[in-house]
Amino acid sequence: MLIYTLKRLLQAIPTLLIVITISFFLMRVAPGGPFDGERQLPPEIEANLMAAYHLDEPLPMQYLRYMGNLLQGDFGPSFKYKDFTVTELIAQGFPVSLEIGGLAILLALIVGLPLGIAAALKRNSTVDYVVMGTALTGIAVPNFVLAPIFALVFGVLLGWLPAGGWNGGALPNLVLPVVALSIQQIAYIARMMRASMIEVLGSHFIRTARAKGLSESEVIWRHAIRPALLPVMSYLGPAIAGIVTGSVVIEQIFGIPGIGRYFVQGALNRDYTLVMGTVVFYGILIVVMNLIVDLLYSALDPQIRYDD
Amino acid sequence: MINKTIKQLLTGAGCALLALTPPLAAADIEGDRQVLRRDNGAEPSTLDPQLSTGTWESSIVGDLFEGLVARDASGSIIPGVAESWERSDDGLHYTFHLRDDAKWSDGTPLTAEDFVYAWQRILSPALAAPYAYMLSPIQGAEAVNSGDSAAETLGVEASDAQTLEVTLTRPTGYFVEMLGHASTYPVPKDAIEAHGSDWTKPGNMVSNGAFKLSEWISHDHITAVRNPNFHAVDDVALDEVRFLPIDDSRAALNRFRAGDIDTADSVPQGRIEWARENLPDALHETPILATFYFAFNQRPGSVLNDRRIREALNLALRRDVITSQITKLNQPSAFSVVPTAISDYDGPQFDFAEQPMDERLIRARELIEEAGYSSENPLHLTIDYITNPDTKRIPVALAAMWKPLGIDVTLTNSDAAVYYAKLREGNFEIGMAPWIADYDDASNFLDLFRSGVPNNHGGYSNADYDAMMARASNELDLDERPRLMANAEAILLDDYAMLPLYFYVKAKLVSPTLEGWQENPMDTHPSRWMHFSDN
Repeated sequence: MLIYTLKRLLQAIPTLLIVITISFFLMRVAPGGPFDGERQLPPEIEANLMAAYHLDEPLPMQYLRYMGNLLQGDFGPSFKYKDFTVTELIAQGFPVSLEIGGLAILLALIVGLPLGIAAALKRNSTVDYVVMGTALTGIAVPNFVLAPIFALVFGVLLGWLPAGGWNGGALPNLVLPVVALSIQQIAYIARMMRASMIEVLGSHFIRTARAKGLSESEVIWRHAIRPALLPVMSYLGPAIAGIVTGSVVIEQIFGIPGIGRYFVQGALNRDYTLVMGTVVFYGILIVVMNLIVDLLYSALDPQIRYDD
Repeated sequence: MINKTIKQLLTGAGCALLALTPPLAAADIEGDRQVLRRDNGAEPSTLDPQLSTGTWESSIVGDLFEGLVARDASGSIIPGVAESWERSDDGLHYTFHLRDDAKWSDGTPLTAEDFVYAWQRILSPALAAPYAYMLSPIQGAEAVNSGDSAAETLGVEASDAQTLEVTLTRPTGYFVEMLGHASTYPVPKDAIEAHGSDWTKPGNMVSNGAFKLSEWISHDHITAVRNPNFHAVDDVALDEVRFLPIDDSRAALNRFRAGDIDTADSVPQGRIEWARENLPDALHETPILATFYFAFNQRPGSVLNDRRIREALNLALRRDVITSQITKLNQPSAFSVVPTAISDYDGPQFDFAEQPMDERLIRARELIEEAGYSSENPLHLTIDYITNPDTKRIPVALAAMWKPLGIDVTLTNSDAAVYYAKLREGNFEIGMAPWIADYDDASNFLDLFRSGVPNNHGGYSNADYDAMMARASNELDLDERPRLMANAEAILLDDYAMLPLYFYVKAKLVSPTLEGWQENPMDTHPSRWMHFSDN
């Protein structure tokens, strides 16, 4: 298992290298630069800025400089948020995104899995139709519609919860963003779990279990749920990486200081270092999450073993 | 049996949800302290006054630092670190007398040397300060900034701890007004040398304003507390100011309504009428020193090199329709480039400003025909704008208003970086160009149209205009200078050098319990003048 893990991590290095290289050059060929703003700068000031950020050097030289710094764990200073390095911005924002995203995923699992199982067990019944109808609505309504409605209804009109703000991660401030972020995930997970559960319930080993005279509860808990979880597990790897790196919509609507906004704002501001930092970070997270999912597979499915 | 399983599943889910619930955080206990929660509109790029560029920085930096001059609640210039100043007869030399109780927040005295250091620093090529050009009237500034001269050659000198001598290259009528800008604030040499670029972090920053930095969580909040070493600390009522970078105006409105914040920096375009009806005591709609105009590309080869077309486009524009039905803020229509609210300036307007619309349209059609265009040979124009659903409506309206003239308009949108690169390269025909004043002086707008300056997007060039502006910038007589600038603006308008649309109105929400917040055209609101009436 250890050797397998190390092998997978080593294999990730060339993948990350390609991602970084492509992102670096794509970002530089995008029209417009980091200093193109409402106010055009006098040429001598622009020259000072280009020199300060080494943008006056040839592109291959800039690439080598960036890679050299990256190897030392230095993502460089943000062009837009000048008082912070990219590392500081990610270090400050990621725990927040992780908390919101982690809770949203947990909530999605806690609600989505039982709903999916219930719908599968009561296939083609009212329960099934209600769960799947609601899930479809959850998938169809994007969170940029849902989040402002939540803020308005629960924050302003009813006054039950704060309409926004992080407040150091206080519970009342967490509720609306976590729920808004999890709705779509609940829907996806419920649908996936239902489909997978239906498939498992029709398989031979379930029939054998029933033939052995096991109670329905035992059949479901001991034999059906574990294999039915596998497709959900494969979905969860990239989904978790996506969710814990924040959502620009949720962060803007609820004033959450996460890192989701950096993906969008970094690109729009041509904040080269911030974009590169988030790409590298996201890339590493995807690799790690996929690895964790693969390792968890072996725990859920006895047929899968990673021998050393 | 299946029902039992479902029951078990739901019970399990409920227990897990309860387990997820973190303990309740302690509520904010603010007791009798006066705490202002200000929506800052967005996260500031920096808290270094010499690197700051926009309003998102200046509102915070203006609370943390004080320059030679300061601004009162109405936005007017008042003595700051300098108690008084004199100007020489030729207008080239200023002597500032600093107050002897000026201190940094760590208690060390603030002297004239601190200004010498700060002004040399902003001009150093290594700092690469975008607003270094603000100091260009000072002797030697441009040479220092380009690295051609040593910092010591700059025309600024501390003749003693309390006296600062400044030499200018040309008389600059707005020099003292310009000193209200953040780029001219003093910065703490010791802290900068000790912490490098980290000097703006809480715990490292030393400042000299009414408040000092206590906490900064990026994209969450910036907290500033009253500075006990500020020279007028006894007049500062607020204990703490919390700046919240809310970059979504709908979110700001929700949080203001929920009582989370005391001021909201803007009101969503679609909610302004609702706010007028429902929050009349909180809503402030203030004309500010800013002009929304479109630049005409007048470089050789451009169709807009033809004055007749520029005049026709201006004539056919129903400015009041745009401000009443699209922006809905009823901004004053702009028939000139300098806002009417600018101080000590009475500028001209387009000749047609008072003309009935039907007459204007007849004249506009004649001009287009004279220029050689007709329904068989329509004029094709392109309007460039920044991708944004709110701003898109204006170019759409322009295209509709010009259609009766037989003009066929193509709309091209780009993200901000691409758009401004196009403006810089002159790769456009008609482009949005809003301008917000850095200081209250007509020259801040008129300088945009001097030949070859960086923000002259359209490449407008008129020797008479340049000569008139040069005369104005060298003029010391306070009555004559605005007259010369008005003459220059008359040339600009006679050339129809741009398409002014409206002068900005800023809509903000301010809690009715907050006193000392005053509407003003500079849109500057130092927290030191504010307090809560019911706290």
